[in-house]
Amino acid sequence: MIKIENLHKSYKMGSNSLHVLKGINFSVEEGELVAIMGSSGSGKSTLLNILGMLDNLDEGSYTLDGVPIKDLNETKAANYRNKFLGFVFQSFNLINYKSAMENVALPLYYQKVGRKERQEKALKYLDQVGLKEWATHLPSELSGGQKQRVAIARAMAAEPKVLLADEPTGALDSKTSYEVMDLIQKINDQGNTILVVTHEPDIADMCKRIVHLKDGVIVEDKKIKQVRAAEHV
Amino acid sequence: MWLFDKDLWIEVFNTLGKNMFRTFLTMLGVIFAMIILMLLLGSANGMSNGFDRLFAGTASNSLFVWSQSTSEPYKGFERGRRINFRIEDASILKEQIPEIEVLAPRIELGSHRDVVTVYRKGRTSGSTVYGDYPEIDNITKKKLVEGRFLNKTDIEDSKKVCVIGEETYKLLFDKGEEAIGEDIRINGVFFRIVGIYKPNDNINIDGENAVFIPFSTFQKAFSSGDRMGWMAIAVEGGTTVPIVEQEIKKILKAKYDISPTDERAIGSFDMSEIFNNISAFTTVLKGFSFFVGIFTLLAGVIAISNILLITVKERTKEIGVRRALGATPRIVKRQIVLEAIVLTAFAGLIGFAISVGILSGLDALFGQGDDFPFKNPMVSIPQFGTSFLLMVSLSVLIGLIPANRAVKIRPIEALREE
Repeated sequence: MIKIENLHKSYKMGSNSLHVLKGINFSVEEGELVAIMGSSGSGKSTLLNILGMLDNLDEGSYTLDGVPIKDLNETKAANYRNKFLGFVFQSFNLINYKSAMENVALPLYYQKVGRKERQEKALKYLDQVGLKEWATHLPSELSGGQKQRVAIARAMAAEPKVLLADEPTGALDSKTSYEVMDLIQKINDQGNTILVVTHEPDIADMCKRIVHLKDGVIVEDKKIKQVRAAEHV
Repeated sequence: MWLFDKDLWIEVFNTLGKNMFRTFLTMLGVIFAMIILMLLLGSANGMSNGFDRLFAGTASNSLFVWSQSTSEPYKGFERGRRINFRIEDASILKEQIPEIEVLAPRIELGSHRDVVTVYRKGRTSGSTVYGDYPEIDNITKKKLVEGRFLNKTDIEDSKKVCVIGEETYKLLFDKGEEAIGEDIRINGVFFRIVGIYKPNDNINIDGENAVFIPFSTFQKAFSSGDRMGWMAIAVEGGTTVPIVEQEIKKILKAKYDISPTDERAIGSFDMSEIFNNISAFTTVLKGFSFFVGIFTLLAGVIAISNILLITVKERTKEIGVRRALGATPRIVKRQIVLEAIVLTAFAGLIGFAISVGILSGLDALFGQGDDFPFKNPMVSIPQFGTSFLLMVSLSVLIGLIPANRAVKIRPIEALREE
């Protein structure tokens, strides 16, 4: 599903440049649930940004679902993101003046899905995350866990190839974190490919594979026995 | 067609409706600008209409020609010779100058004899008495209160009839007394009143206290022979009055042996000059109003753009999220520009509605009086259309500034955690 070869990325900081990613080789098969771990500054967020086409790579190649991702202009990147990727952010990033349902329907709007179908789909995905009754509520009326579940529903609504979650539990207490991870695991059980960036070991243990980043290189890449989050709830 | 995309409009109205107070404040600049523009244009129109009303009934392309005394000796004649036009001059001029549409000769009683008495039942009015052709009505229209004006039959049969002014009526009759059919005596000759006219509220060439009798009757009753006092002339539309004026004078000077350089022997008055001056004045006024108004409008639209710029800054995160979810730069741009257009158009319409109200009020206050040149101060549909179109195009151009700013927001920067 994802194939990355010899990925380099550096940022210019004034006169000297900061080499953040130093030759990453990495691939993800369909249906995997991968945790990307590392301390801050290890380059995990940069990697996720590049995977998410929010940032350009300097060197190397990136193939997503057989499509080489290169020479992206903003429009092309937006279309690819819309088609291939779903995003879940640490701070949820829901649009605060739109109801839960409207938030979920937003990526479908950019896919030019008709209004009726959009609402049906949005309700379906809200139902999947158990928030159907909250469809008309504004984000300000939802708890943190509920917000993140709406964000996950939004990410899933566009039926992406890959779900990218950047510290999805970073702003949540551990109980809520496990609920969210339970949801992510269930989505993964349906065959969806998911990448989770986290620095919490217990969250990483709930994935099927852990990739450790340190100083811009992969230091460890191992398959693990998944801990089901449902056991902790 | 994105214009009919309901969702796009919902998006736009959602964002604008999110902060109603700010939206309203943003619009205030354009509302005021529109009011100023419309009031300026409306007032200029009102003035123009007012002048039109003031001069209603007077042919704008007309001139008056009368005889005076020579100021230069010529062909053995001394200076100071009194010139008297003859009635045949009228047909000569008409024949030789095809541009003349109407030529109404006139003679005034008293310019050759000294005393004029208009008398009825012991009262005199001291009116001016004119011998006229009915054609004069085409040049200076008389508003008739009662009865009719002189007609062709009056001339042909030299009828002893007259049309009197309202002022004359007041001097000769009691209030409410029937005047039509009554007789008055002018220098001993009886004339029957067939009409009473009201003076125009404008240029009054004839005065308010005047009596009009048929030219032919005048000749017989006061034995004026073939003398003629002056001529009122209307020229064809599209011809310039001064050229015709020069031609008339040339012909008359040759006929009466007046020096070509004598400026005083023949007097004339060009009505079109006044009209041209006034229309030039109102045109300049309108142009100036438009100029001032459009720049005010520009300032208003720029204010909208400024607020949108701030809004874009505030919405950085939201725009970033939208971009991450697949909004292309074009979609983002379109939405911001559309917001600018909607704000401007709404504000423009509100301003327009308010100014229409104010203009109606002004019309009610000043528009009805006769002496103040101000009537029906309204903007025409083309004027409004032009202003509105111009305003909306401005908003598109200026809306592009915040729109481009929004597009420059990279999702990664917008989503960076603080």
